[in-house]
Amino acid sequence: MSASAQTIEKLISQEYKQGFVTELESDTLPPGLNEGVIRAISAKKNEPDWMLEWRLEAYRHWLTMSEPHWAHVDYHPVDYQSISYYSAPRTSEGPRSLDEVDPKLLETYNKLGIPLYEQERLAGVAVDAVFDSVSVATTFKGKLAEAGVIFCSMSEAIQLHPELVRAYLGSVVPPGDNFFAALNSAVFSDGSFVFIPKGVRCPMELSTYFRINAAKTGQFERTLIVAEERSHVSYLEGCTAPMRDENQLHAAVVELVALEGAEIKYSTVQNWYPGDEEGRGGIYNFVTKRGECRGANSKISWTQVETGSSITWKYPSCVLRGDHSIGEFYSVALTNHRQQADTGTKMIHIGKNTRSTIISKGISAGRAQNSYRGLVKVLKSAENARNYTQCDSLLIGDRCGAHTFPYIEVKQPTALVEHEATTSKISEDQLFFCQQRGLSAEDAVSMIVNGFCKQVFKELPMEFAVEAQALLGISLEGSVG
Amino acid sequence: MLKIENLHVQVEDKPILKGISLHVKEGEVHAIMGPNGSGKSTLAHVLAGREGYVITAGRITYRGRNLMDMAPEERAREGVFLAFQYPVEIPGVSNIYLLKAALNAMRKHRGLNELDAIDFLKMIKEKIRLVEMDEQFLYRAVNEGFSGGEKKRNEILQMAVLAPSLCILDETDSGLDIDALKIVSDGVNSLRAPDRSFILVTHYQRLLDYIKPDQVHVLAHGRIVKSGDASLAHELESKGYGWVDQATVAGA
Repeated sequence: MSASAQTIEKLISQEYKQGFVTELESDTLPPGLNEGVIRAISAKKNEPDWMLEWRLEAYRHWLTMSEPHWAHVDYHPVDYQSISYYSAPRTSEGPRSLDEVDPKLLETYNKLGIPLYEQERLAGVAVDAVFDSVSVATTFKGKLAEAGVIFCSMSEAIQLHPELVRAYLGSVVPPGDNFFAALNSAVFSDGSFVFIPKGVRCPMELSTYFRINAAKTGQFERTLIVAEERSHVSYLEGCTAPMRDENQLHAAVVELVALEGAEIKYSTVQNWYPGDEEGRGGIYNFVTKRGECRGANSKISWTQVETGSSITWKYPSCVLRGDHSIGEFYSVALTNHRQQADTGTKMIHIGKNTRSTIISKGISAGRAQNSYRGLVKVLKSAENARNYTQCDSLLIGDRCGAHTFPYIEVKQPTALVEHEATTSKISEDQLFFCQQRGLSAEDAVSMIVNGFCKQVFKELPMEFAVEAQALLGISLEGSVG
Repeated sequence: MLKIENLHVQVEDKPILKGISLHVKEGEVHAIMGPNGSGKSTLAHVLAGREGYVITAGRITYRGRNLMDMAPEERAREGVFLAFQYPVEIPGVSNIYLLKAALNAMRKHRGLNELDAIDFLKMIKEKIRLVEMDEQFLYRAVNEGFSGGEKKRNEILQMAVLAPSLCILDETDSGLDIDALKIVSDGVNSLRAPDRSFILVTHYQRLLDYIKPDQVHVLAHGRIVKSGDASLAHELESKGYGWVDQATVAGA
């Protein structure tokens, strides 16, 4: 190994800074999964019968399915009977206001840089904080209600807006869609619900912050965002978890519905615990995210910065049903040490003149494996559909891998589909050049990586673009911010 | 400023430099000339601290300090600048971002505050005129899509902004047309100062028509085989490198 490869190796061995555990009394179901567990979850949440039936049906379907293994990842099989499917900080009643939230919880979020007090740093962003299986606080509810926007936990939505939940839940990702989606449908505990009524432009960024704390639990959150005609919303999710030696399962489902002329921008900064240098521990992030541009001229845009998790299996997708609808996917996926990511998107063109853009930046360091997997499908009905795909991979060091699996299916002769892909390495020349200009090797790698990701970072809401850059620096034991 | 004594360098197991001695004083311009493969670029890279070169004997002292003990970035912060023969591209990183990061790294090293955006911009706009580059170059990714001449001018711009003490130009003249050569030379000449020294590594004499050196050294087979004043370059130009080759053989 050359000397500069050693420098790079040193740079990419770093510590996870969100790996602390909060000592809290919690109400946790014993490990295992059966109909009784599902009934217990539903009962704890005081759910209506239709919701319980929906869960049970999903569970029965799940029993007939098997875990998918087509992704380019390698991991110990998950023992679904050893996971606890529900864990909540113990409180007598749900908190009515922030003052009633356990100070230890507030402290946890403060430590993570997510102050839940509304006047603080993220002022102008409403936050829903999900701790293990439950939502612990949602800020700015009053101001949002004035605009007619509903932003609450999924549990609350089931109680307060059952008609909306019933109308849309599972309409984009049906309970039997895939193995993990079926599991989620059976046991999901909480998540966020967003409803933007006709013609409303959501007055602030919405954000959910997910934290797994308890040991041996899975997190199964469910997020549903509905944007009615000509409405607009920008939503961001962030996630972290403590450092633990065993793997923890995170199987979320996110559904987006954009009606005619609506626009949903969904951004993710995913920083689940990635495991240690040898690949011990870390989160299995098996997530189904899909948006449907149901109405004409609607638009859904996914932006993700994925730096965490030991295994990532995630394909935020767009079903472009409405004519002239637009789907976008901007992704940065960074894998280090023994992390493995198989991520990408699906763009399903159904309506006429639908357009999609895919920009994917994969960065691989250490002994990590990073795969882009994407499907562009143009149905017969999608006259004049357009897709542009750009997949770039950057390798740091010489023991990692980058892979690209593009699938293109076109049934409409007027469609135009473009795919570009590149793979490059941070060269010794680049590194030496930057050092010769006075930058440390660490700053140089950060700068080069950030340059590589620029096209994606510019799609993030401003407040988070800076955080994402910083996170990337930290994940490479760099600086830059 | 710089004192090289009996420097021996090898790459893998192959000796490239076989006993170089060179003394560059404050304010002097030294030209190192020589045929391809004589070790000119190796010398430039060794001074800048590039990995992969093994110093088997000799000493390099820069302003009284042992240069060989210093990491490449430390040398840069202490005022050693190398203008590259083949400047690299850095996609997505704008020129102005790189310049600012580099300048602030130097300022921090010297215990100075970072320049604020307004002062920085003012300074940079002044410097960019020196190399006759359009301001839009500042906002383009470092060297991406630049022509050969633009890349070299960009190196000189970086040199002007960072204001180093020892400037090493590694074949900055190669691949330049006459207009670009003149712009680059004018840039270098305007940076000449009593406390700043230059080492010009070049294959051709023509650069020295524009930048007048105090001393010229001819490098062949890893040794300095001849040193003299500016007239040596002309002699070399008319007689060709074969002349020094013979001299080496005769002297050996």
